[in-house]
Parts: sequence; C-alpha cells; structure tokens
Amino acid sequence: MDTFVQQLINGLTIGAIYALIALGYTMVYGILRLINFAHGDIYMVGAFVGYFLAFQLGFAAGPSLLGLTVVLIGSMIAAALVGMAIERFAYRPIRKYARMTTLITAIGVSLLIENLFVAKLGAAPRAFPQLLQEQSYTLFGNAAISKSQILIFAVSVALMLLLQWVIFKTKVGTAMRAVSFNLNSAKLMGINTDFIISFTFALGSALAAAAGVLTAQYNPQIDPLMGIITGLKAFVAAVLGGIGNIPGAVLGGLLIGIAETFVVGYGQNVGIPTTFRDAVAFAILILVLLFRPTGLLGSTVQEKV
Amino acid sequence: MKRILLSLGLIATLLFAFACERKGGPGAGGQTGQIVVGYYGDLSGRTSNFGQSTKNGVEMAADEINKAGGIDGRQIKILSEDDEGRPEKAATVVTKLIDQDRVIALLGEVASGNTLAAAPKAQSAKVPMISPSSTNPAVTQVGDYISRVCFIDPFQGDVMAKFAANTLKAKKAAIMLDFNSPYSRGLTEFFEASFKKLGGEIVNKQSYTQGDRDYKGQLTAIRSKNPDVIYVPGYYGEVGVIAKQAKQLDIKAPLLGGDGWDSTELWELGGDALNGDYISNHYSVDDPSPAIQRFVADYKARYGRVPDALAALGYDAMKVLGDAIKRAGTTEEPQLKDAIAATRNFPGVTGTISLDKDRNAVKPAVVLKLQDKKYIYVETIYPEGMTPPAGAPAAPASPATSTAPPAATPAASPAKAASPAPSPAKAASPLKKASATP
Repeated sequence: MDTFVQQLINGLTIGAIYALIALGYTMVYGILRLINFAHGDIYMVGAFVGYFLAFQLGFAAGPSLLGLTVVLIGSMIAAALVGMAIERFAYRPIRKYARMTTLITAIGVSLLIENLFVAKLGAAPRAFPQLLQEQSYTLFGNAAISKSQILIFAVSVALMLLLQWVIFKTKVGTAMRAVSFNLNSAKLMGINTDFIISFTFALGSALAAAAGVLTAQYNPQIDPLMGIITGLKAFVAAVLGGIGNIPGAVLGGLLIGIAETFVVGYGQNVGIPTTFRDAVAFAILILVLLFRPTGLLGSTVQEKV
Repeated sequence: MKRILLSLGLIATLLFAFACERKGGPGAGGQTGQIVVGYYGDLSGRTSNFGQSTKNGVEMAADEINKAGGIDGRQIKILSEDDEGRPEKAATVVTKLIDQDRVIALLGEVASGNTLAAAPKAQSAKVPMISPSSTNPAVTQVGDYISRVCFIDPFQGDVMAKFAANTLKAKKAAIMLDFNSPYSRGLTEFFEASFKKLGGEIVNKQSYTQGDRDYKGQLTAIRSKNPDVIYVPGYYGEVGVIAKQAKQLDIKAPLLGGDGWDSTELWELGGDALNGDYISNHYSVDDPSPAIQRFVADYKARYGRVPDALAALGYDAMKVLGDAIKRAGTTEEPQLKDAIAATRNFPGVTGTISLDKDRNAVKPAVVLKLQDKKYIYVETIYPEGMTPPAGAPAAPASPATSTAPPAATPAASPAKAASPAPSPAKAASPLKKASATP
C-alpha cells in the first residue's frame, strides 16, 4: 500500500511538471493553431537562467527561501522575454503564410536554442544549486514526500489558479479568449491581437521556466538538451487532455506522469521493462489520436470545408 | 571559357593539396621525426569531464617524456579530437586522425560504447589503439591492434560483488542500471553472476536511461524489497541524482558503484546523500606510494585539481605507449603493436600493468568509501593469480594491523577473476566483525 502511495506521489510530481509545460503548448495552440516546438527548450532556458541567477546573486551558497523566490521569479521573467522575442522575430513575420511554415520554423527555433546552448555552455550536465533545505516527511507508513516535491505541488497549483484567474477574470484574459475564438473577428472588435499573442507566449514561457527551476530542485542535473524529451511528453500531455483546452493540459500532464511512473514501478510484474517509460507517453499519443483525436476534454469542432 | 579554366584550376589545386596530405602527413612513421599520437574523447558532451581528465593525463605524460629528451630523441606530439561522447562521431574523428593526420597510435576512449565504435577503424587501418579506461570486455576483442591499460568489467563487477558479500555481509542486493550503456550492462551481468555465486540474492533489478529526470519510480520499487545494498553501475551525472533521490525516499542501504562515479561533478549533484556509498576504482589518491604522490602533486600543480582515476589512466596509457615505442625501436607496424602487447610489469600510477593474451591489463582494483566529498580508501582486491606486493596495500586510515595480505587463491574459472584480499584496512570497513583477519 505504501509503495502504491509512494508511486502515486512520484507520478504526480513529474505530472505537475508536465502539466505546467503543457499549459504553454495548449495556450499557444489555442490562439495561433501553432505547435510551438521550441517550448520544451524554454523550460531548459528557464532552468539555466535560474542556475546563473543563483550563482550571480550569491544564492548558490546555501538554501534560502528568499533565494528560491528570487531565482524562480527572475527566471520566469527572463523566459517570458525569451518567449516574446521568439514570437516577435521568428513567428510573427511568417504568420501570414501556411501553418506548415510556422511549424517548421518552430522546429528550427528549437534546434537553434539547443545548439546555441551546447556551443556556449557544453553538453555536460551541471549541478543546480540547492535552494531549498531538503527534508523528507513520512506519511502512510513508509511513503515519503520531500520538500522539493511539496514545493512542486504548491507552486504549480498556485500558478494554475493564477492562470485561471488571468484568463477568466481579467480584461486581457477575455481578449485572449476572444482571439482564440476567432483572430480576425477579435481584430475587428479593436483588440490588439499582436499584443495578446505576445502576452500568451510570455505567460506560457513563464510557466515553463517555473517548471524548469522546480525540477532542478527535485533533480539538480541540468543540461542543454533536457527540454527535448520533457517537452515532447508535455506536448503529448496537451494532446491527451485536448489541445487548446487548459484544464485538459493539467489533467493530461498528471495522467502522463502517473502512467510513466506506474510503468516503472509495476511494469515488470506484467512483463513491461522499465525502459518503456518513455514509450508509454507516445503509445498514449497514438491511441488518443486514433480513438479520440480531440483529447479527453477537447470539444469537437466542426471543420468548415 | 575563363570561368571553366578558373574552375579547372581550382580543382587541380585542390587535388594537389589533397594528394600532398595523403602522401606526407605529419606523422609518417619510421625511425625518425616527430611521433604523432592521436587522442580522441568527449570534450564537450555529457561525459566531457571524463574526456578532459583523460586528455590532461595524456598530455602531462607526453610532456614528461618530451622533457626527458623524448623517445630516442624523437618528440611526441598529441593531436586531440572531440567526439562529443557520441559513438558515430568517435568513428569519424578516429578516421580523420588515421587518414588525415597519419597518427602512429591512438589513445581513447573512456566510454566503452564509443571505443567500440572507433576500434574497427583502427583495426582495419592497422593503427594500434590503447584505451585508457574502457572496461567492457568486447573492446579488445575487436582485434589485435586494440589494447587497454585498465581492468575489465568481469573483474570490476566481481570486485564489488565480493566486497558486498564478504565485507558488507550483504545477502540481498538490488541493481539499478543504465540500460543503454554497454558499460553499465557489463558490470551488472558480472556483479549479478558473482553475487549469486557467493550465496546472495538479487531481489530487484531496475533500469534507467541517460538524461532521465526522475528515478523515484525505480527506487520506490527497489525500496519495497528491502535490499542490503543497491548496485548502481552508472556514470556520475545520473548517479549523483539517484543517490539524492534515494535518500529522499529514506533508503538506508548503501549504494555501490564502479569507476564511472569518479568525478568531482558527482559531489555537486549528490552532495551529502553520497556519504556511506562505495565504489570500485583504479587507484586511490590517498595511496602513500611515492610514485602516486608525485603524480598527484604534479597534476595538481599543472591543472589545479586532484587527478581522478581517468586522468591517471590517461597518463598510464601514454606512458605504456612510450615504453612500447622505445622497446620496439620504431613506430612501424606490426612491431609497435607487438611491443604494446608484450607490456609486462610496467610500473604505472594505477598499479603494475601487465597485458594478458587478450591485451587487457591485469591489475588490482581498490574499493573506496564516499564520505564528505572524499574517496576514502577501504581495501584492495587483487585478480586471481596475482600476489600483492609485501607491505602493500597501505591503508592510510588504519596503519595499525599492517600485515601482508594472503596470496590470492590459484586459478579457478575465468568468471571468478578476483579473490578477496582481507586487507589491513578492515578497520575502515563499516562492519567491525567483517570476515577473516587471520
């Protein structure tokens, strides 16, 4: 029983990370119908900004709540700027062309960021400084939950609630929903669509950066290619939940996290090797696309022909 | 017309340049001139610490040889190539070193997977290759031009199994391996066989792949089986995090590992979570032998850091090559590769190096305990048939009970390559009542 609870906690932890990243995929898709493949790399950029902030500001010396807060918020702001810059210089100039053009540009941007970091910083993994005094708490007999896991849950829930508030209770959120409904009509209604798109990229990138810093507390190994697999899985999570649907992204993230952990934890009992953990996410993607292309919470929209 | 002429001219120039390069590269063999040796390793990839350390060791050894007048008056020149830790790139850069730079010998790689990718190129071009630290048995099976100055996985896996069963008195072991690494799989295989033979039980076996973000799933499954020890034969990047997450899950069993753990980065990733874990390694910086202490001091003076085992092995590989060139009196083949294969009792920093008939070094391994960012010497385990020198190994932690360890038991089966040498360091081992102190 405690093993089951433990695996559930482990699964929810990485699930929460996937969910945070998946939100960025889903928001951008909702507005531009674009799969922003560079989004996984924004998550990596966030972790690296946090790494350099911690060293530059002297927080790497020892754990402190102030250091963690500054590093977290600082990397979110920096990543938001990077996300906006990518949108402004890579996607906006070609927005008027076919959707495939933007998609391929997104892949190009992703490769550019990864290789720029490898060239400048090297591909060797680096150790992210410990900003949180690590401690484990025991619950349900033998199941342990560490402070970094609690941090991941707390911060991701807070950020999701904040996002929900921004989208449904603020003027800019209303505008975002309008743009996602129909970009051209929104423009005709006097909404500054360029600003809204930019804002959406900033929001998604900030969430990804938060995910980067949070995972780095949980697993201090960061490297320039860390965003590839994690980003792809978050994308699968967004599709699973129904791309364009915000609660769906969260649900998808948590489900992928749990599925992956259970494959590792229990797969051997039914003959699935541990190393299939990455394959599971993509098997789920294929099944979703086959049987429910709109995802778990996605609504069926009639395509006009 | 002009354009055609111009392009023809260009092509001719290029052809000429190419022909020159092919004919008289810098390292043309023979008895005179500079000796050009190629080094290839991971200088910018995930395991770049390994490649850089090895390169440092190789260059330091070459400089020492050059300062002492070279080999028969010929200076050594090292050409380095970066393979980014990728097997396909390793094969490419080795081809370049052979075809373009005309090296007379190759040193490298660290990771067995990369050496295995490059070795066939060296073998078919008949250029001897000495791997400083690839421990997978398949490496030297590629052919008679490939050799190494380190021990091999059967021995290393065996050493840890013996240490776990005999010294730590472990009955139940769990294994967590890096699934895509030949190194990790090799160690797992031999640890498992040896530990079972010693009456132990493997209660759980889990795997991960390089770059995974989370290991708690596997560790939770391992925890539910309550093992006495957990064998993690991986590389430092992942192992540091695994140790940390194991402690977060309140796993008390010590982790055991191999030489892949040895890097200063390990401590940055794992921190205090690594305390109490054990690794098998090629040498110990704490070894008081003057040769080792001089090497450590020189290396520190030159690079400003403590040499890890890979630096020591890189150093030894270059020194063994230098010795072989001297004995062969030429850099021509097949004399040079025969001289390398004939290396016997070469006094290296990582122990006395003798190559066996499969061109693998036969030498002892040390077991080190990890404590507060240090590797503390615990004991030396000798391969079968090798008698430890009297007085050695010395244990700096406990000089009191120093007697020469008993001679190793004579040959049995090839799988049983190591025999425990109850050493004077027993006091440093965690279980006071640990086996025979005769």
